[in-house]
Amino acid sequence: MLFTSYSFIAFIIILLVLYYLVPKKWQWSLLLIASYVFYFLCDARYLIYISFTSISTWGFGMLIERQGKKQDDYLKEHKELGREEKKQYKAGIKSKKRHAMVLCLVINLGILAVLKYTNFVIHNINGAIRSFGWGSPLTFVNFVVPMGISFYTFKSMGYIIDVYRGTCKTEKNLFRYMLFVSFFPQLVQGPISRYNDLSESLFAQHAFEFKTLWFGIQRILWGFFKKLVIADRMLIAVNTLKDNPEQYGGAYVFALMMFYAFQLYADFTGGIDIAIGVSNAMGISVAENFERPYFSKNIKEYWNRWHITMGTWFTDYIFYPITVCKPMLKLSKASRKHLGEVIGKRVPVYLSAFVVWFTTGLWHGASWNFIVWGLMNFVVIMITQELKPLYVRFHNRFHVDGKRWYDGFQVIRTILLMSAIRMFDVYRDVPLTFQMMGNMVTHFHISTLFSSSMLALGLTGVDYIILLAGLVILFTFSMVQRSGSVREKLWCKPVPVQYLAAFLLLLAIILFGAYSIGYDSSQFIYNQF
Amino acid sequence: MKDMMKETEEKVNIHKKSRRRLHAAVISVLVVISILCLYLLQRLVMPKYAKGIVEGAFAAEYYKETTDHDVIFIGDCEVYENFSPITLYEEYGITSYIRGGPQQLIWHSYYQLEDTLRYEKPKVVVFNVLSLKYNEPQSESYNRMNIDGLKWSKTKYDMIQASMMEEESFVEYLFPLLRYHSRITDLKKSDFEYLFDTPHVSHNGYYMRVDVKPAADFPDPPQLVSYDFGDTAMLYLDKMTKLCKENGIELILIKAPVLYPYWYPEWDQNVKDYAEANDLKYINFIDLADEIGIDYSQDTYDAGLHLNLSGAEKLSSYFGQYLKEEYDLEDHRTDPVYQEAYAEKIEFYEAMKQQQYDELEQYGKIISFGAEAIED
Repeated sequence: MLFTSYSFIAFIIILLVLYYLVPKKWQWSLLLIASYVFYFLCDARYLIYISFTSISTWGFGMLIERQGKKQDDYLKEHKELGREEKKQYKAGIKSKKRHAMVLCLVINLGILAVLKYTNFVIHNINGAIRSFGWGSPLTFVNFVVPMGISFYTFKSMGYIIDVYRGTCKTEKNLFRYMLFVSFFPQLVQGPISRYNDLSESLFAQHAFEFKTLWFGIQRILWGFFKKLVIADRMLIAVNTLKDNPEQYGGAYVFALMMFYAFQLYADFTGGIDIAIGVSNAMGISVAENFERPYFSKNIKEYWNRWHITMGTWFTDYIFYPITVCKPMLKLSKASRKHLGEVIGKRVPVYLSAFVVWFTTGLWHGASWNFIVWGLMNFVVIMITQELKPLYVRFHNRFHVDGKRWYDGFQVIRTILLMSAIRMFDVYRDVPLTFQMMGNMVTHFHISTLFSSSMLALGLTGVDYIILLAGLVILFTFSMVQRSGSVREKLWCKPVPVQYLAAFLLLLAIILFGAYSIGYDSSQFIYNQF
Repeated sequence: MKDMMKETEEKVNIHKKSRRRLHAAVISVLVVISILCLYLLQRLVMPKYAKGIVEGAFAAEYYKETTDHDVIFIGDCEVYENFSPITLYEEYGITSYIRGGPQQLIWHSYYQLEDTLRYEKPKVVVFNVLSLKYNEPQSESYNRMNIDGLKWSKTKYDMIQASMMEEESFVEYLFPLLRYHSRITDLKKSDFEYLFDTPHVSHNGYYMRVDVKPAADFPDPPQLVSYDFGDTAMLYLDKMTKLCKENGIELILIKAPVLYPYWYPEWDQNVKDYAEANDLKYINFIDLADEIGIDYSQDTYDAGLHLNLSGAEKLSSYFGQYLKEEYDLEDHRTDPVYQEAYAEKIEFYEAMKQQQYDELEQYGKIISFGAEAIED
């Protein structure tokens, strides 16, 4: 069930009506049923996987909790124990807890790996078989990959790690936990919520409030606008350009780079807006996933503002644990000793960052394109970090820091840089991406971008005008948003103004949305992750 | 003090209540205006079929009829391009209407008939059997042309459900604005001109063409794996037969006398067998072309796919005689009600005929109808 399908809209309307009609104590149960119905309607087979992940992580969570309780009880009963004995006992319990957590991670990440990456591995093995003439290639497997498996697996893995760390309370009720994992607005493309952040609001009883519902509807409409008016219209040109690289080199590659940058942004943030809007309409607060990332002045800042919940997940559950793990500490010590303090202390950080970006790439998709994309991010961040002293000297020498034109330059530079890196997930393979990027530089003629050939990409002149208007609205909205919530600002206006704004948005979606027959209606890009 | 506080509180509550009421009233008005606005937009973007491909206007045009009909034709272009109800009236006083549509599939035809029976009960229903060769929905655009113009009823709902292609959605039939929204950037003069009223383009459902394009050679028909009609097609033929019998209507199965698409002898036999088994009349006009007097070098406007006005009038003249003899249909030419209604129709018929001849003379082709028509 696509977020932009009529069935989804009907599903939401029915759910919202029921949500506020049923006794409040049943609201979360209704949401659990709705989430499983949603998943069932997408593909009944998905239910097996999500149920397994939910039950297994909940079970291991309870096991870890029990160990903790056992420890508390034991220590209470055995107050006579010496410090060393207590420490020994605690270490034993901790080890058991760690075993439970690791087993849970292995099982669930194993499922994710097998379902999502088996064919990628086979593809690479077959490449080797062909290159070295080792015999007949392996047959590809045909697994069902549940929609949003990466999202719900990461969500539940975050939970089990937090339970192990003791930073999150264990959920005693299996069904409530199942709702946390399967909460349908987040199933498709996130945000990847933490149990501590979501649970209170998710299980709370929500009385009907017009403002809550109205804000939710506004956010949903905004998401639809971004997805249908901008992203899906731009997709037409993106597909034409990327599917015909032999025809579209030079400046067209640049056009593709920019089209894809805005298409991906509108598509992804549009989906997140719908997800958050649906949650908000029920009074449920969900973590924000974007904070105007295209206003970032450098790549590091960009990654703090783009897909925020994914970034923090990787930082909290991969980067920090790797950085402070025993082998890494040993490596840190050794590198400082042999390479000196300055370089030596960078080694473990960069190594951890490398692992994070490699897994980030892999998480995005089972192909070398994504892995290279991830590593390119790593390289750019590393270079930026290394060049920091140089930047500081430059800023001090020319006094450009804080100047508006320089801020603008930095923002544009970041957009171009990120868009260029993102080209690795556009073309069909990595060598072609390098080839096309080279072609863009060597055959760039700016006149191409203003020639009539741009009308042969599947977009008419009117489409370009709609896109331009859409992007202007998007930009204006982002500018207004910098000083606070747009919805709150609108709420202060008279009722007809509020209504008119929402109605015009609805009208724009209905009239200028790229949907229905004749348009290549697409899945949200992040559905595949 | 307490009383004062209570009084103030009451005042605040009253103020809040009246404010809420005001908000509700304002929102209600705005909602009504919005719905009206959406309705107007829907009317605006829906195709008007006023020029060029006018066949999409046929479905809605039926509801403008002021008199009932003894004969109803249902089927695809082989009825609405080959029979002239005006000729049937002028020569025999037979009142008839063609509830045809482009590539009208048998389930479209069935529901067109069911819809017709909501308004009148004809004595004879004529169904062209070519569509029996299709067992599945074929095209969204033809679905639209056959369905959009129908008034809402359970029949229309059933017709949509039976007709939808995989990529189609019922919601878009319910709210056509969702389907045609992209036309907002491609509106024509006729979209504004016919915002509230659909144009009149047919003559009791007949699509007039006066131009001539002699019949050409058609490719040899391919051999088929099976010559049996599909289950769905036969199911709807059964339903049609049953519906006619239940309403005391004579159902005549016909095959129009056109050269292409090819009508296989095996299909012909299947229809003959069905007609015999169900006590129905079946007339294959292809075999009667010479007797009717059809000259394929003069009586077709698209090389033998459809008849032109001359061919349609010849066929209608022939078929009218048959209807008169076999079904004892009343001659309505003396009835003042029909006289008045048909005088107007004949005037429109003659005017269009003249318009087409004028266009032929001036441009060498007809520019108001067909795929090559020039729309403002």
